[in-house]
Amino acid sequence: MTTSSLTTGPSWARLPRRHVPVLVTLALLLVMYSIGVSQYRAFSNVQVIFNIFIDYGFLLVVAVGMTFVILTGGIDLSVGSVVAMTAMVSAWLLQSGLPALLVLVIALLIGPALGFLMGCAIHFFDIQPFIVTLAGMFFARGMCTFISSSSIPITDGFWTTMAQHRIGDPRGNFVSIGVLITLAVVLVAAYVLAYTRLGRNVYAIGGNPQSALLMGLPVARTRIAVYTISGLCSAIGGILLSFYTLSGAPLIAVGMELDVIAAVVIGGTVLTGGSGYVFGTVLGVLVLGVIQALITFDGSLNSWWTKIVIGGLLFAFILFQRLIGIRYK
Amino acid sequence: MSERLKPILSHRLFWPLAVLAVMVVANTIYRPGFLAVEVNNGHLYGTPIDILRLSAPLILVGLGMTLVIATGGIDLSVGSICAISGAIACLHISEASDQNSLVTVFTALAMALGAALVLGAWNGVLVSVIGIQPIIATLILMVAGRGLAQLVTEGQIITINSGPYRAIGLGHFLTLPLAIFIALGAALLVAALTRRTALGMIIESVGGNREASRLAGIRSSRMVFLVYVVSAACAAVAGFMMTANVSSADGNNAGLWVELDAILAVVIGGTSLAGGRFYLSGTIVGALIIQTLTTTVYAMNISPQTALLFKAVVVIAVCLIQAPAFRAKFGRRGRGTPPPAAPAQPRQKEEVTA
Repeated sequence: MTTSSLTTGPSWARLPRRHVPVLVTLALLLVMYSIGVSQYRAFSNVQVIFNIFIDYGFLLVVAVGMTFVILTGGIDLSVGSVVAMTAMVSAWLLQSGLPALLVLVIALLIGPALGFLMGCAIHFFDIQPFIVTLAGMFFARGMCTFISSSSIPITDGFWTTMAQHRIGDPRGNFVSIGVLITLAVVLVAAYVLAYTRLGRNVYAIGGNPQSALLMGLPVARTRIAVYTISGLCSAIGGILLSFYTLSGAPLIAVGMELDVIAAVVIGGTVLTGGSGYVFGTVLGVLVLGVIQALITFDGSLNSWWTKIVIGGLLFAFILFQRLIGIRYK
Repeated sequence: MSERLKPILSHRLFWPLAVLAVMVVANTIYRPGFLAVEVNNGHLYGTPIDILRLSAPLILVGLGMTLVIATGGIDLSVGSICAISGAIACLHISEASDQNSLVTVFTALAMALGAALVLGAWNGVLVSVIGIQPIIATLILMVAGRGLAQLVTEGQIITINSGPYRAIGLGHFLTLPLAIFIALGAALLVAALTRRTALGMIIESVGGNREASRLAGIRSSRMVFLVYVVSAACAAVAGFMMTANVSSADGNNAGLWVELDAILAVVIGGTSLAGGRFYLSGTIVGALIIQTLTTTVYAMNISPQTALLFKAVVVIAVCLIQAPAFRAKFGRRGRGTPPPAAPAQPRQKEEVTA
C-alpha cells in the first residue's frame, strides 16, 4: 500500500493509490448523473438528488456502520435484520403506549447490544464473523415475527412529525429530517475514522491483525467496538426506516445486507480490510440511488435490471481494484 | 498428532448425530406419532419420510458447498443458481406443446444444467484465474443472479403442469420418494470420487495450502475451478427439486437463503470454514438436522419466520460446542504465532495466492 511517491511522471499520476478507487466511483457517479441529465429533462432537478438521500438515507447510515466492520476485515450479515427488528420494536412499544423518547432510547440500545454480543463471540471464541453475524441475522429476523407476524402501523405524534416535516420549500425542493440525521452520522463516522485513535486502530487491524496486536493496539476492544458501531448504525437506520414508512413490518429490509455490502465495495473499500473511506461509501450509496433513479426515469426497464446492473458494477469494481494492484490477501 | 486428531474426529461426527437424536427424541415425546410411517398406495408416508424428502435439495447444495469450503472458499451464489436453473427448466417446459413429453423435460433439464455449469465456470474463473476472494466473487452472482432469474421468468411466476418434471420432487421409486434417491446417488457419487480416489485428498491439500500444493505438482487452479462448477451443478439439481415440488418457478423466492442453510449444514457437519478438511457425512447429517428443526417448528404451529429464531440458537450452540475444541487445539498463546493462529490462518493462505 506504499504510494507511488518515488515514481516520476505527471503530478496527476502520483495520486496515492488508495485514493484511486474512490475517485473512480466519483467519476462513475458523475458520468451516470450526466447521462441522466442529458436523457431526461427532469433529472437535472436537484430534488432528484434530495430524493435519493430521502429514500436511501437509512441504507447510507447502515453502510457507514458496515464500512467500519469491513475495514477491520470482518463482515456483518445481520444489518438488514437488525434494521427490521429496530423498526418492529419501536412500532410495537409505541403501540403499547410508551412515550416516544423512551422508545427511541430502547430501540437504539438493542442494536448495539446485539452487535456487542456478536463482537464478543467473534473475538473471544474465534468464530468466523460470517457465521456469528449469520446467527445474529436469523435471531433478529426471528424476533421480528416473534413480536408480530403482520406489520404494525405507527401513529405516534413525534414519529409522524419526523416523517412528514419537510425542511426547505415544501412545494419545491426539500429534504426530510431523516436526511439531516443521516448526514450527521456520516460526518461523525468520517471524523472518527480519520482523526481518532479508534479509527487508526480500525485501519491497523484491517491491514494486519497480528502486526496490530504486536504493536500493542487494543485488538479485542476495537474489534468488539466495530460490531457495536455497526449495530448502532443499523439501529439508527431502523429508526430512520420507521420514520420513512411509519410502520414496523417483519419482512422489511430482507436482503438489505447485500445492497449495503455492494455499496461499500463500489465505494472503494477493500473487503479484506485496511483500505477505504466513509466518503467512498457515501458515493457507493449514491451510485445505487442514481441507478435506481435512471431505471425509474426510463420506465421501460424492469426493477430486476437494478440487481443485474449492481452485480455488473460489483464485478467491474472488484476487477478494477485487482488491476490497479490493491492486494486481496 | 494422530492421537490428538482422533478424539476430535470422533467428536465432530458425534455431536451432530447427538443433536439429531435429541431432536428426534424430543419430537417423539412431544408428538408420539412423529416416527410413525405408513404404507399408502404402495408408497411410504410419514414425518421421517417427509424430512428426508425435503432435505434432499439441501443435501445436494450442501455436497457442492462442502467441496468449495474444503478448498477454503465459499459459494454464496447457490441460491441464485437454484432459481435460475429452475426458471430455465420451467420456462422451456411451459413453452412446449406437450408438457408431459419426456423429451421436453430432458431437454429442459439439460438446458438448465448447461446454464448452471456456465455460471459455475464463471465463479470458478473469478476465483481461480483472476484470484478474487471467493466470498466477493460469488456475491456478484448472488446479487445479479436473482435479477437474471427474474429476467428469465420476466418477473412472473411460471406454473407448469408436467408429470415427469414434478416426479423429480414428488415422484416415488421403490416406495420411497425419488428425491431421496437423487440426493443419495449424488452423495455416493461425490463420496466415491473424492474418497475412493486421490481427488478428495487433493482438494484438501489445495484447501490447506494452495501454493504448496501447486509446488507439489497439483494443478491447484484447476481444482478450485472444478469445485465451483460441481457446486453449481448440485445447486441446479436442487433447483429442479425445489421448483418441481411446487410445479412453478419463482425467480424471487426459489432457493432463497439456501446458501445460508447449506453453509450452516456444512459447519454443523464439522467442516472448518478455513478449508483443508471436509466431511461429506457430516454435511448430510447437518442438512438433516436443519430440516428436522424446520419440520419440528412447523409441526408446533410456529410461523416459518420465527423458525429462524431456533436456527439462530442452533448455530450459536453448535459454534460454541466447536469453539472450545478449536481453542484447546490451538491454545491461547497461538494468537501471537502466525501458523497456528486461528483467525490468521485463512489470511496466511490467501496471501500466497494473491
